[in-house]
Amino acid sequence: MPSAITLERILALQAAYIRCIDNNALEAWPEFFLDQCLYIVTTAENHRNGFEAGIIYADTKGMLIDRIAALRVANVYEKQSYRHILGLPNILKSGGDTAESETPFMVVRIMHDGQSDIFATGLYLDTYRAVGDDLKFSERVVVCDSSRIDTLMALPL
Amino acid sequence: MNVNVPPGKIPNATPAMEWPEGALTRIPYWIYQSPEIYALEQRRIFEGPVWNYLCLEAEVQKPGDYRVTFMGLMPVIVARDFDDEIYAFENRCAHRGALIALDSGGRARDFTCVYHAWNYDLKGNLKAVAFEDGVAGRGGMAKTFCRSDHGPRKLRIAIFAGLVFGSLSDDVPPIEEYLGEEIAARIKRVLHKPVAVTGRFTQMLPNNWKLYFENVKDTYHASLLHTFFTTFRINRLSQKGGMVVSPDGGNHASFSFVDKANKENDYAAMGIRSDKEDFALKDPSLLDNADEFNDGCHMQILTVYPNFVLQQIQNSLAVRQVLPKGQTRTALNWTTIGFADDTPDMKTRRLRQNNLAGPAGYVSMEDGAVGGFVQRGVAAAGGERAVVEMGGTSTQNEGTRATEASVRGFWKRYREHMAI
Repeated sequence: MPSAITLERILALQAAYIRCIDNNALEAWPEFFLDQCLYIVTTAENHRNGFEAGIIYADTKGMLIDRIAALRVANVYEKQSYRHILGLPNILKSGGDTAESETPFMVVRIMHDGQSDIFATGLYLDTYRAVGDDLKFSERVVVCDSSRIDTLMALPL
Repeated sequence: MNVNVPPGKIPNATPAMEWPEGALTRIPYWIYQSPEIYALEQRRIFEGPVWNYLCLEAEVQKPGDYRVTFMGLMPVIVARDFDDEIYAFENRCAHRGALIALDSGGRARDFTCVYHAWNYDLKGNLKAVAFEDGVAGRGGMAKTFCRSDHGPRKLRIAIFAGLVFGSLSDDVPPIEEYLGEEIAARIKRVLHKPVAVTGRFTQMLPNNWKLYFENVKDTYHASLLHTFFTTFRINRLSQKGGMVVSPDGGNHASFSFVDKANKENDYAAMGIRSDKEDFALKDPSLLDNADEFNDGCHMQILTVYPNFVLQQIQNSLAVRQVLPKGQTRTALNWTTIGFADDTPDMKTRRLRQNNLAGPAGYVSMEDGAVGGFVQRGVAAAGGERAVVEMGGTSTQNEGTRATEASVRGFWKRYREHMAI
């Protein structure tokens, strides 16, 4: 019998997720997801219009692992980090071993020379699955408020 | 020390804006910095004898549909009127110059400027002026005012393979001639049936627009800057490449394909190879390619001067519009597309392969930054010049991509239009 998905568990997962990215522990990032998952970075306009293409699109954990591998060994970008600031998750649905929530985020991008800018704001549209004591994302749709991406998006949101 | 400087003049304050020797093989850096050049480009290029890419025909599918876009700096409305024809005109009210449409597109029967409610039809004709006859017999427009004498500038329109182009020039050649036979054929090769938009993104580039347009034409950098394919040892058997440049130099297409004459040309045999387990993709389904154009050509990047890119990277299809937003700022508008009759499998394949391109693209994210590296690098070097000599000095087609012929082609066209 899976334990209920409580707000406390959701908060812990959200906090661990942003800590992982902001601390540059990207190798651990795919572990927040189920093997069969969906991770999309899109825009509010595309989301509203039902356009399916993402800036990043992964429908398996393997693809998330590949993205981090590419960032580490193949892609070229200036040294940078993110600072995620989250709003409070609004739990939209919860029952059995799944739940859905909506969480606002803001991400500041800090470049190696100190230049800091608001890189993205938006909503995480999440679907969770409890696997024993573990809570994972089965879906994380990152809906950016703006359709503009400055320069490039290297690190995931 | 030279003390004979006339009073009030600062010697060598700005570099002389003269093109250096070596017509197309030397590019002076002031060309990316000068405000005078930036202003001149709007008049001589974007409003000159060129076809600017505006939008997809699929984005103005039905009468009443409109899209808001740009021709260089000029804001433009593209609309399909109820006669089923597509029209485009400057998004500028004839009265005080305010924007007529304030959003990015939608459906309309007509347009009314919010400032003083002047009203336009979908062709851009001024149809009504608020209080034209005054109020209670007082005020109103002068008797001599004639609505038909006023209106936003109207564009000529050309539609080719579902792409809508606009021009302010009466001298621009017909679109087929402008594209050139080979480029036209390579556009039709991809856009051969009705398309469906799957997403729109804007990537803001920290550089002059020309640095991006050169970058797309530059086949020399591809495997050097973008190491995704080589790092993951995604080797393709019998891969060959080539490039065509339109006779005027402005348009180009670069491509790589499988040699049909080779016995190993079978796409099944062309799968993903990795000889180092560490650098194998965990989920190679990302690159599960379908030879949808039945010609073995798995990559084609094509440009139309001055602002259009058509991308086919495997099954990832997109159009890109390049818009200047300041001397050192460029908007790159991505529209990802598929075909209206795509199967669910093909849709998924494109969604996955779109990871290859775009602002987070495995083989394109670097292009978002590299123009900025140049712009910052040349900050103090307005009097210096770039060297563009790979593959010699010509702008001709090449059977290799280890050439800068298409970059030189761009400068040939640019210098003609700019008269510099």
